[in-house]
Amino acid sequence: MSNWIDIAALDDIPTRGARLVKTALGCVAVFRTGADEVFALDNACPHKAGPLAEGIVHGTSVTCPLHNWVISLETGKVQGEDRGQVATYPARVTDGRILLDRAFLLARAAA
Amino acid sequence: MTQKLIVIGAGMATGRVLDHLIEQDPDAYDITLFNAEPRGNYNRIMLSPVLSGDKSYADIVIHDDDWYAANNVNCRFGQSVASIDRQVKTLTAANGDVLAYDKLLFGTGSNPFMIPLPGHDLHGVIAYRDLDDTERMMGLGPDNKCVVIGGGLLGLEAAAGMAARGVDVTVVHIMGHLMERQLDEAAGYLLRKALVDKGITIRCGANSKEILGQDGQVRALLLDDGTELPCDLLVMAVGIRPNVALAQSADIAVGRGIHVDDQMVTSDADILAVGECVEHQGAIFGLVAPLYEQAKVAAKTLLGEPDAFVQKELSTKLKVTGCDLFSAGDFADGEGREDIVFRDPARGVYRRLVIENDVLIGAVMYGDTSDSNWFFGLIKDKTDISDMRDTLIFGPAYQGGTPLDPLAVVAALPRDAEICGCNGICKGQIEDAIAGGATDLGAVRAKTKASGSCGTCTGLVEQVLAVTLGDEFVIPTAASICACTDMTHEDVRRMIKSQELKSMAAVWQECGWKTSCGCHVCRPALNFYLLADWPLDYQDDPQSRFINERKHANIQKDGTFSVVPRMWGGITTPDELRAIADAADKYMVPTVKVTGGQRIDLLGVKGEDLPDIWADLNAAGMVSGHAYSKGLRTVKTCVGTDHCRFGTQDSTGLGIKLEKELWGAWTPHKLKLGVSGCPRNCAEATCKDIGVICVDSGYQISIGGAAGMDVRETELLAQVATEQEAIAIIKAVTQSYRENAKYLDRIYKWMNKVGLDWIKKRIVDDVDGRAALVERFELSQSIYRHDPWAAHVNEKAHSYRPLANLTLEAAE
Repeated sequence: MSNWIDIAALDDIPTRGARLVKTALGCVAVFRTGADEVFALDNACPHKAGPLAEGIVHGTSVTCPLHNWVISLETGKVQGEDRGQVATYPARVTDGRILLDRAFLLARAAA
Repeated sequence: MTQKLIVIGAGMATGRVLDHLIEQDPDAYDITLFNAEPRGNYNRIMLSPVLSGDKSYADIVIHDDDWYAANNVNCRFGQSVASIDRQVKTLTAANGDVLAYDKLLFGTGSNPFMIPLPGHDLHGVIAYRDLDDTERMMGLGPDNKCVVIGGGLLGLEAAAGMAARGVDVTVVHIMGHLMERQLDEAAGYLLRKALVDKGITIRCGANSKEILGQDGQVRALLLDDGTELPCDLLVMAVGIRPNVALAQSADIAVGRGIHVDDQMVTSDADILAVGECVEHQGAIFGLVAPLYEQAKVAAKTLLGEPDAFVQKELSTKLKVTGCDLFSAGDFADGEGREDIVFRDPARGVYRRLVIENDVLIGAVMYGDTSDSNWFFGLIKDKTDISDMRDTLIFGPAYQGGTPLDPLAVVAALPRDAEICGCNGICKGQIEDAIAGGATDLGAVRAKTKASGSCGTCTGLVEQVLAVTLGDEFVIPTAASICACTDMTHEDVRRMIKSQELKSMAAVWQECGWKTSCGCHVCRPALNFYLLADWPLDYQDDPQSRFINERKHANIQKDGTFSVVPRMWGGITTPDELRAIADAADKYMVPTVKVTGGQRIDLLGVKGEDLPDIWADLNAAGMVSGHAYSKGLRTVKTCVGTDHCRFGTQDSTGLGIKLEKELWGAWTPHKLKLGVSGCPRNCAEATCKDIGVICVDSGYQISIGGAAGMDVRETELLAQVATEQEAIAIIKAVTQSYRENAKYLDRIYKWMNKVGLDWIKKRIVDDVDGRAALVERFELSQSIYRHDPWAAHVNEKAHSYRPLANLTLEAAE
């Protein structure tokens, strides 16, 4: 059963930027694209755990600040010649508020 | 119709003939290849690295069994030829087989000359010619002694190879100095010194009298003066003689070698010869380059196409590890000849040029042979050097007095400049290969054979690659910024200025960007160009900056950050030190490090703590050191007149002033300055982007240094009398750099593109232009010369903390 929790206002995240949500299992990076879409991914690059929230956001991708791996915000998949996968979490925007699925987050914490 | 070709000898010359033949017309001939050695074509020159252990035999094979099979060559390795009947055109092998031929190609090479000393036929007396000889020498070790008779090219390679394996080697040479054919006495002395340093004993002016033996095995060499040199192996490397025995028995014209004409044809129209066994216009051959020329001509002749062998000027490069040697032309003393000699004893460098009638006729170089190609060109072309006589010895970089980028030497070589001497490959051929898609050494080597024989020109080939593929070389299509656009950096900068584009959206629209919002490559570049050109209209976009510049701290491998407060001119106070120490304690900073930029770095600070540690440092009067930015990093200083007995000016004072003026400005790449109080240059100002050397009469300002992956010395921009003028010039050049350079080009790269003269005209000569640049710089600084830490503490502290903390929820 999904349970959407209100995290913050959309404008709390800069356009083409990200902010962090702390969970029991580590940080989740919440991204806002230039088109005001919102995506939530683990804040760790599969390469060397670089903080994805600090990367440059372009289109629906983010470039890891450590070694420039490019990750799709929609699928969490590493782009180009490199290989890897970042966990993604359901996220949506309603009335200017960002909502994350609590059940999904907690389920991961319990696992 | 396929004809029968029998090749006698599978050495490097005939191997090259087969290459050309098969490449141009694989069906022209049915080829049978005889070789007395029980193996195919291998690179005999590379036996030396095999001897020293640097390579294996497999590494130096030119044609392996697969190659011969694939090209339908009938191999008869380990078989010699007994006789040739030219009347009926048959050849009889040693095992009795009779073969018919249409064409015959002699490649019987040379025999090493064995001095007929008493004892020369003892066991353990060998030549240095083939793999078997090499393996005999490789059989020796640290408990063995070896004597090499012959201090020429080959003998010294044998000695060095064995010395590398720990053998006790003595070289005996009859002439007064080593390699007297290629070197003069001074270079011979330097070579001797280098070899003695490798543990080799050298005896020049030594005449061998007898080889002494015991039970049929060599035990020592006896010299004329009575000295006995004990040895387990004796190597004779005193010269080679063309192997003409078979040719003589076949009754074709033979002198010192088999006589051939310009088409490599012997006195019998159906018999050709190539390589060390031939004599052409009275000359015989021992270096590989002319052999490859002959091979080319022989192949053409066999295919009925016109070509002619022309003897060319030769040069020698010695490839004994650690000894850089070059000689070309005629360098004997003589009437009417002048010498120019350059010596640098500490570096072991020696250069000698021999000039006759204003033309360079000979050159010998030891220790620094990087300019050898240029000198060789002057010799070959018989260039009139009277205009550059004064600076000739220093090489091409010093003609005209302005030192150039080392790559500029190769860049300036004409297309017909020979790069690979062994294979006769010129610069133009390499450039063509690169244009055809060869983008690394391996590909160039495969396509052109350059650097594929002795390997000494590898560095040069790599330089041609660097020059051809790098920024300096004008390539037909320049590289665009990234996949989002076809425009180059220069195009976009021009558009931003001329079309007055004052936002990213405007650039994307007017320049036809292919993506919705650029990418991590172009956004930072555009952000810089826009704020540099339109400081009042464009607002800096943090989301288009790399993490370090966005967070005003350097991200480390574990996601923590380093915090570096400014220490103006490298001067600090006890209070500042206390504040830094307190911050280190309070935030439990794991590492406190002193940086090369004369300040202190706190490493391992958590991202969430950044605004707090900044606030603490701000409270102590400290601001961001911009250790992360493409902007002013530091101004290194030395003590100067404040304390130093040698100081000519207040270098620390000037350094602090400069730092206070320049900090905060965004620049195309990081900017590092240095101010030294006297020419002793303790602040290392001459490898900075902008450096100042104080002198009694004022300040010498120079630009374009680097000390990272590239190391460059600055070049003088101007000398001025006052501090104010120095500061003005430095601001002006900084602003010009900001307005014109490509993003991520340091000043030295920008200077290479626009030229120091262009910069001087605008900064030094054009006083009004300089003032205007200073004004524009100050305008930009009115916006950017402030402490980003304080700004972030005041306005953005919240963004360093998480958006939400769900760990509390999970606990419920």
